[in-house]
Amino acid sequence: MLVSLKWLKDYVDINVTAEELAEKLTMAGLEVDEIKTIRPSFSGVVPAKIISVKPHPAADKLSLCDVTDGSQTYRVVCGAKNIKAGDIVPLAKVGAKIPGGYTIKSSVLRGEKSDGMLCSEAELQTGDNSSGIWQLPENLTLGVSLETALDLGDTVLDVSVTPNRADCLSMIGIAWEVAAITGGKIKIPVGRIKESMEEVSSQTSVTIIDYDLCPRYTARLIKDVNVGSSPAWMKTRLESAGLRSINNVVDVTNFVMLEMGQPLHAFDFRFLEQGKIIVRKSREDEEFTSLDGKTRKLPEDTLLICDGVKPVAIGGIMGGLNSEVKDDTQVVFLESAYFNPVSIRRSARKLAMPTDASFRFERGIDPEGVIKALNRAAQLIADLSGGNICKNCIDEYPQKVPAVKDIPLRLSRISQLTGTAIDAKEVIEILQSLGMTVGNAGKDNYLVTPPTFRVDIKREIDLIEEVIRIYGYDRIPVTLPNAAAIEMASNPRMDLEEKIRHILIGTGYSEVINYSFVTPESVDYLCLPENDERRRLVRIKNPLVEDQSIMRTTMVFGLLDAMKKNNNNGSLDLKMFEMGRVFIDREKEELPEEKNMLAGILTGVTTDNLWGNKVNADFYDLKGCLENIFYDLKLTNCHYRSSILEPFLHPGKSCGIYIGELLAGYMGQVHPDILERMDLKNCAYVFEINLDILANQVTNVIHYKEISKFPAVTRDVAFLIPAEMETNYMIDIVLRQNEELLENMVIFDIYTGIGISEDMKSLGLRFSYRAQDRTLTDVEVNSIHDKIVQNTVGLTGAKIRGE
Amino acid sequence: MIGDLQQLEINALAELKKATNEDQAQAVRTKYLGRKGLLTGLLRNIAQVPDAEKPLFGKRCNEVKDTLSAKIDEVLFQQSLRKKSDGLLKEKIDVTLPGRSVKLGRIHPVIQIRREICAIFASFGFSIVEGPEVELDYYNFEALNIPKDHPARDMQDTFYIEENIVLRTHTSPVQVRIMEKIQPPVRILSPGRVYRRDSDVSHTPMFHQIEGLLVDKGVSFADLKGILTAFLKKIFGMDTTLRFRPSFFPFTEPSAEVDIRCVMCGGKGCRICGQSGWLEILGSGMVDPAVFQNVSYDSEEYTGFAFGLGLERIAMLKYGVSDIRLFFENDIRFLKQF
Repeated sequence: MLVSLKWLKDYVDINVTAEELAEKLTMAGLEVDEIKTIRPSFSGVVPAKIISVKPHPAADKLSLCDVTDGSQTYRVVCGAKNIKAGDIVPLAKVGAKIPGGYTIKSSVLRGEKSDGMLCSEAELQTGDNSSGIWQLPENLTLGVSLETALDLGDTVLDVSVTPNRADCLSMIGIAWEVAAITGGKIKIPVGRIKESMEEVSSQTSVTIIDYDLCPRYTARLIKDVNVGSSPAWMKTRLESAGLRSINNVVDVTNFVMLEMGQPLHAFDFRFLEQGKIIVRKSREDEEFTSLDGKTRKLPEDTLLICDGVKPVAIGGIMGGLNSEVKDDTQVVFLESAYFNPVSIRRSARKLAMPTDASFRFERGIDPEGVIKALNRAAQLIADLSGGNICKNCIDEYPQKVPAVKDIPLRLSRISQLTGTAIDAKEVIEILQSLGMTVGNAGKDNYLVTPPTFRVDIKREIDLIEEVIRIYGYDRIPVTLPNAAAIEMASNPRMDLEEKIRHILIGTGYSEVINYSFVTPESVDYLCLPENDERRRLVRIKNPLVEDQSIMRTTMVFGLLDAMKKNNNNGSLDLKMFEMGRVFIDREKEELPEEKNMLAGILTGVTTDNLWGNKVNADFYDLKGCLENIFYDLKLTNCHYRSSILEPFLHPGKSCGIYIGELLAGYMGQVHPDILERMDLKNCAYVFEINLDILANQVTNVIHYKEISKFPAVTRDVAFLIPAEMETNYMIDIVLRQNEELLENMVIFDIYTGIGISEDMKSLGLRFSYRAQDRTLTDVEVNSIHDKIVQNTVGLTGAKIRGE
Repeated sequence: MIGDLQQLEINALAELKKATNEDQAQAVRTKYLGRKGLLTGLLRNIAQVPDAEKPLFGKRCNEVKDTLSAKIDEVLFQQSLRKKSDGLLKEKIDVTLPGRSVKLGRIHPVIQIRREICAIFASFGFSIVEGPEVELDYYNFEALNIPKDHPARDMQDTFYIEENIVLRTHTSPVQVRIMEKIQPPVRILSPGRVYRRDSDVSHTPMFHQIEGLLVDKGVSFADLKGILTAFLKKIFGMDTTLRFRPSFFPFTEPSAEVDIRCVMCGGKGCRICGQSGWLEILGSGMVDPAVFQNVSYDSEEYTGFAFGLGLERIAMLKYGVSDIRLFFENDIRFLKQF
């Protein structure tokens, strides 16, 4: 809401500066976003006194004027007739700028030099009079700028009005606030109306059919109007509020809306067929062309203002092209109504027609201000266009809009909620300053009735807010709650996330955040099969762009996208991870399943030292990182199985990650086809783990095992096994023998090549034996070791290398 | 003879001083203390010393011998130390070369802020809770006193999945879900992603919020001021100036917007604070009785306050980031700076 301070002063005395007022309004809940200074569209113009007026020797219509600005005399050639010696007039000096983009220059007119120009009101755009030079008041100081001398500028506050404060969408509403917070006197224009003898009811009628959508409809008829342009003061007012002047009838409706908050509409009566108004809901497939020239099909239940035959306006939203006020309009049918806020909002949204009128109606206007605004506007139209107002107004009010009365207010509740005692006298004063009536209802209890324009005040809490808002939030003390100790709820998954985050950054991974929505093509890019649950997409009905129109079902796509963007920026060596949710549509439930996931990507070289060895990241770098995580989480039963096949991973370099028998995620090299499809040049490794599953498996139990004081004995064996046999298979078979004295077994060598047939590999295992209570003898170790090796050979068909 | 002995000691010490390496020091030892050395020579000539002086001469000889021997040992020791350290210096490396390590990754700046805020409120006894990001209209709006077709819905541009399912526009629905489950006292903090249909330099369609709620007997607006003042001073520094300004949120009444003195200009007015000298940091207010009614809390018995803040905004102010979109572009050159 743009609030001109000059205009505002019509309704309230302002005894503070614009800056102070802005500060006070802001601190009372009406945030002032900006203080704009409006200056007249001229400069270099000063009040000057005419010393003499002599005829121009060479031109009958011109005269030579000597004028003084108090310190210097200027000779000006002038064409106007309404001037004489002694007049105070505006002098545009040489160098002055006047509206229309003109700069005044010293010139010679028919042989006579002219150093400036005397101006009319119209030439300076300060008024409408163009018939002669503007006669200024005699008491002006000569030579000062005219802007200062006449106080022509204005200050406009851009007030951001919260949705609850419908009343502050009007100058008078703002004036009430200003009065309450500054103590300035409120001045509401007195309603006066001059009617003709002609009775309105003999000319027209209003019938409300759907009164739940239109509880009240009032109207007046103004005859003999002359539609023309509005006077300058009206134009200035409207412009200060950001509206354009149209004509003296439409301008009045806008002016009164801005002044009183009541939207109005003026119809050209000659286009209202049968001379009457019927208020009803739209019918199926009804179409309508509004003032903006657009034809729309109306949604059902749109409230229409109709004449005897057809719609002429969309109630509370916009008038119709078929009945608008034109240059030759003579009879104006003026509407002032109360429409159902919910219905207006619904229609305005469905039609995508947010207007100044709908904005006010949907927030709730003063149901008792309807007639006041009607009368005010009718009289202004009559004043500006010379029309005659028919006797009486039409007031169809089939459904009383309930007004709130006698809201109980307890002083004790105010102090309980604010934490401070506010004096009863001050409470009452604040409420009264806002136009409320306060009645006593026993000790420290009151019954408060808000003015009808404060539609936001219905309950005690609303009153309390009003009180402390004006009292000042800054006067309320700062205390800490005297609250009982309560046990804090734990969130194992979030604790887990924190742990993992630390390990990952320690391993060089940086955290990224991708949008939770992605392109629907993401699942195609990843080649997910039709029956994959990650194709159960949650779609956004109104996405900003198609690329952000589905909720992600996997985090990998976002990471690949982040890799691409970074690669394009020249960052090729990347370690990134993200924690967040994926969303899977569920047929039987309203809301989708939200899974908490951890995903990561690795690409480029793993070492940052350019002077050291450069090593390209591979599968085992990523796996090592995951192993560290599981180690820290004390998850000792993690398995990596190549049996799972993600279509977007390299079939030979990927695996499922299992906690026990539970599939918790996957990892692997991104399939070359996917890289190509996404236009990625470098090899990448990714993983994705379900954190909900992980959190359920973490026990954080530590089993300490006594450290033996006795030495270990080691034995190395190289097994020859088929090249495609997985190491884990061998290790499993060894461990399944449950030999108590086998303390540890590590892989010390993997070899393929010379000396071994092509389809075989050598797997070197180092067995380490140790007892808790004694030093093992060679004989003892040999017998155990031989047994394990023989069993392993027997179970796997492996050969011992070198035998 | 005593005089000769004295002169010998002086000469020997002078030569020892000149000895710059082990060999020269050993030569001094041989020259004076060796079997054919000068001191030994003097002792051999003891016969020529008068008998009365013999004991004294013998004693002095031994003293000189001990002194010289100790001095020579000392010099040899020092020389061996120097030799060792000279050897180490030859192994000198370039200490200015960068170290060899796995370079640390960084935690996302928004998450860093989240952790900081969660830690502060944990110290006030707030528990961390979560709720769904795809949310029912009921929890996101209606239960929070934002009915359908209410103008307050204009405050947040919403992404819709279905007529009654939305991407949550704030973390406030979590309050309602928690209050439905537990009875007061309630002290919760709910961080998470939220979504609004908006995109420019200061808006992204997804961002992060933290919502806080405290409900108990006798909680007042003064307490709201207390907790939020304590919190903002911890985040922005003890000398931060705050102001509480009336505002409107459908689920709180009275509502307050909390501003801090602009961290960029100190209140003089700059581009960051839009010349106002103040920065909007969070929204807050006393829980509206209508919300309590929706979760069957007795608003006469219990009062409470709620607050919410955008994490990106805090991160932008703390780190001087001018474009919110940078947080989601995941440019590693950006992330590595935090």
